[in-house]
Amino acid sequence: MGESMSYRLTVNGETHVVNAAGDTPLLYVLRNDLGLNGPKFGCGLGQCGACAAIVGKDLQRTCSIALQDIGGDEVITLEGLGTAEKPHPLQKSFVDEQAAQCGYCSNGMIVAAKALLDRNRDPSEDDIKNALADQLCRCGAHNRIVRAVRRAAAELER
Amino acid sequence: MTGNGLTRRRFAQSLGVIIATFALTSGPASSQAPAPLPFSLRNNRRLEGWIRLDADGTVTVFTGKAELGQGILTALAQIAAEELDMEYERIRMVSADTSRGPDEQYTFGSQSVEQSGSAIRAASAEARSILLAAAARRFAVRSETLKARNGVIVSPDGRQATYWEIASADPDLLKGDIAATAAPKKPSDYSIVGKSVQRIDFPGKLTGAPSFVQDMRLPGMVFARVVRPPRYGARLISLDEAAARSLPGVVALVRDGDFVAVAAEREEQAIAARNALASAARWSDDTALLPDISRLREELPKLRAETIVVGTSGQSAPLPDEIKRVSAEYSRAYLSHASIGPSCAVAWLKDGRMMVWSHTQGAYPLRGDLAKVLRMQTHEVDVIHMQGAGCYGHNGGDDAALDAALVARALAGRPVKLQWMRDDEFTHAPFSPGMAMKVEAALAADGRIVDWSYDVWSNSHAMRPGQAGGVNLLASWGLESPFTKSPPPHIPQPFGDGDRNAPPPYELPRKEIRNHLLLDSPLRNGSFRTLGAHGNIFAIESFMDEIAKAADRDPLAFRLAHLEDPRGRAVLQAAAKMAGWVPGEQGDGRHGRGLAYCRYKNIGMYAAAVVDVEVDRESGIVKVPRIVMAADIGCVINPDGARNQIEGGILQALSITLKEQVLFDRREVTSRDWSGYSILTFPEVPKVEIVLVDSSDPSLGAGEGSLPPTSAALANAFARATGRRIRDLPMTPDRVKAAL
Repeated sequence: MGESMSYRLTVNGETHVVNAAGDTPLLYVLRNDLGLNGPKFGCGLGQCGACAAIVGKDLQRTCSIALQDIGGDEVITLEGLGTAEKPHPLQKSFVDEQAAQCGYCSNGMIVAAKALLDRNRDPSEDDIKNALADQLCRCGAHNRIVRAVRRAAAELER
Repeated sequence: MTGNGLTRRRFAQSLGVIIATFALTSGPASSQAPAPLPFSLRNNRRLEGWIRLDADGTVTVFTGKAELGQGILTALAQIAAEELDMEYERIRMVSADTSRGPDEQYTFGSQSVEQSGSAIRAASAEARSILLAAAARRFAVRSETLKARNGVIVSPDGRQATYWEIASADPDLLKGDIAATAAPKKPSDYSIVGKSVQRIDFPGKLTGAPSFVQDMRLPGMVFARVVRPPRYGARLISLDEAAARSLPGVVALVRDGDFVAVAAEREEQAIAARNALASAARWSDDTALLPDISRLREELPKLRAETIVVGTSGQSAPLPDEIKRVSAEYSRAYLSHASIGPSCAVAWLKDGRMMVWSHTQGAYPLRGDLAKVLRMQTHEVDVIHMQGAGCYGHNGGDDAALDAALVARALAGRPVKLQWMRDDEFTHAPFSPGMAMKVEAALAADGRIVDWSYDVWSNSHAMRPGQAGGVNLLASWGLESPFTKSPPPHIPQPFGDGDRNAPPPYELPRKEIRNHLLLDSPLRNGSFRTLGAHGNIFAIESFMDEIAKAADRDPLAFRLAHLEDPRGRAVLQAAAKMAGWVPGEQGDGRHGRGLAYCRYKNIGMYAAAVVDVEVDRESGIVKVPRIVMAADIGCVINPDGARNQIEGGILQALSITLKEQVLFDRREVTSRDWSGYSILTFPEVPKVEIVLVDSSDPSLGAGEGSLPPTSAALANAFARATGRRIRDLPMTPDRVKAAL
């Protein structure tokens, strides 16, 4: 690990100053310095997508991107989309479709779907499946997740 | 045996009790015999141990079962709300917690609705009855004249009192032994049970509220990681600690025998120290010789085994003169639970008490084993269930709890959060053991099966903490003063272990079923969803298609000709109808359709699957466009929740059948991350259609029974499409190409 330094980081609209080594994976800063729960540790290898967040405009695996490489890009996590009282259309559609079982991968599913809808407002079923191809779900909630994304897309179009 | 762990005899006895409960509750509803006390109430009689009215107008319900992502807390809240005549949103559920909840042993075997549901139903009905009786005294009316709705009791003349107002007059009102004399509602009067309701945990989980043990944060908490040996059997020869100790943030290095762990102020510091320690550790060359993964079907039956005949009948009956004998052998790979979140626990040694937060499936059994290893009294240890990622059985959760406790013991006063890394989970958590199956049958000229012989070989699928004769926690085996593994328990039919569902579900007058429990474990073995049922039904139902073909019968008609249970026949016929089953239909070399049937544990849910396949003969890839399932799970508590479980089981079975296998050479496990252990991805997911048979019979559990028939139906679809059969799972492209 490198020396600890101060980094300025904008997450979900708020700017924070974080003291950590520059090569610290963003995931641990989000979870442990900022107290966020959305991004989850799944593999630390960029394979499963449980830790996903949006950095700048891109979907990123936060376990595999270093704090020092974030620069001025804003980070949006699951918490930045909405709250239980005021959910984002994707969060609402995941509840409406009961599109989860254990919920551990849900962060990555919703955030990856957000990145998809940001670039494609009316994705087909295949578009959704391809966009989520690298997001692993072990419980078998896949079909519900696809339905939830389609439902949210329709909601956002209205 | 010390602590509160079950002895083997008690374990067997308690299973016997479950059988008795089932037999009694599945009797006719009009039975005059007094209802037996629900299983889970027998050792947890106190009403206040199950139900508590809280000042904020909610009711807290305690269960000994754990939320594993299956939605059990929601279903149990529905049951409590139904009997209490309350809104289910006002029920607060507390799951397995040795400091304040009932002891319901393990959350396994799709039994939580049956066991905890029955107890909570009785406790809730009793609480309501006590509250109504107290209100009747207050209003000076007869209890039967009162009505309760949404937690408010109303008298015939319109006077009202809430449950909380009634209870506030007497703090001991809802305290005491449950008599279980209050009659629960009739299913025909249900208004909450049987309705699809939303999971109580989803709004939080889907917006980032702290929901998992991984999300716990306690004041002064440190982060810990473990360093595991590179292979089974390797012993720690030396460890140069200097480099790791000099790293920033490191607060403790724990070494006890072969157990090595490190704690640091920050999580990434703990990971860096773990990597430094892993590089600095020298391990012995000791290894357990692992089987040849390419020949499990031949290798497993050669291992040392204890053979038990688990079912036999009609052996002395004469066979017809003219019979056709058919036989086949099958195998299934070792499987990982492959939880998306690696196992995690938080432990805190505070004022002489060890508190452990864990995603264990058995809080009380784990507490007993932890106390033994830590050499503490059982009452000095508490295990509090906190959710983890879906586990589908016995993953590394219990082991991580001990790991965390060993670190916490070295850092008294400071909470420790310990999470396994991905390779810890994939190489050291228990696996669902590989299985080999052999079936032989004789067909009479009229197409009936007149003889059946079945053998299954596998290690035990039941090596949980809390079992007699040892300790089933990973770190304990390598400590300076080591503990030994418990021997496998003997789990009688119909539950079974590797022999779960080995007795065929068909009417076969002459049959013998043998379970060969393997005694040496080349790879670490444990419980995975369905235990042996998955492998056994894959073999039995593949073989039913093979002999149907030998008898020149359609697979559906052939099964129905050997199946009397009307509920079994109903799901087979319903699945065939929904799928559009065409008798005698043959594949075209690429496309085909198969079916399979299973009654889980031969006493649980009924399920029949119809699976369509498209075989790419060049790449060897098997695509599955559509799966249909008909299921009968008895009385359904939460229909959408049950469908979610059944769908999940179907897709997990598809993943297992096509892709999943733990990889190893003769020395060590080589599938250490998701590139080595592949699971189903979104583009591979088929359309899934489910029909739930309407039933008011007792609930049968929905968590597991959809997996076994899905795998077998897929194998049968492949055989019908191509005319070739794959008898070894998974059906990898290499195996498909070899078969063609």
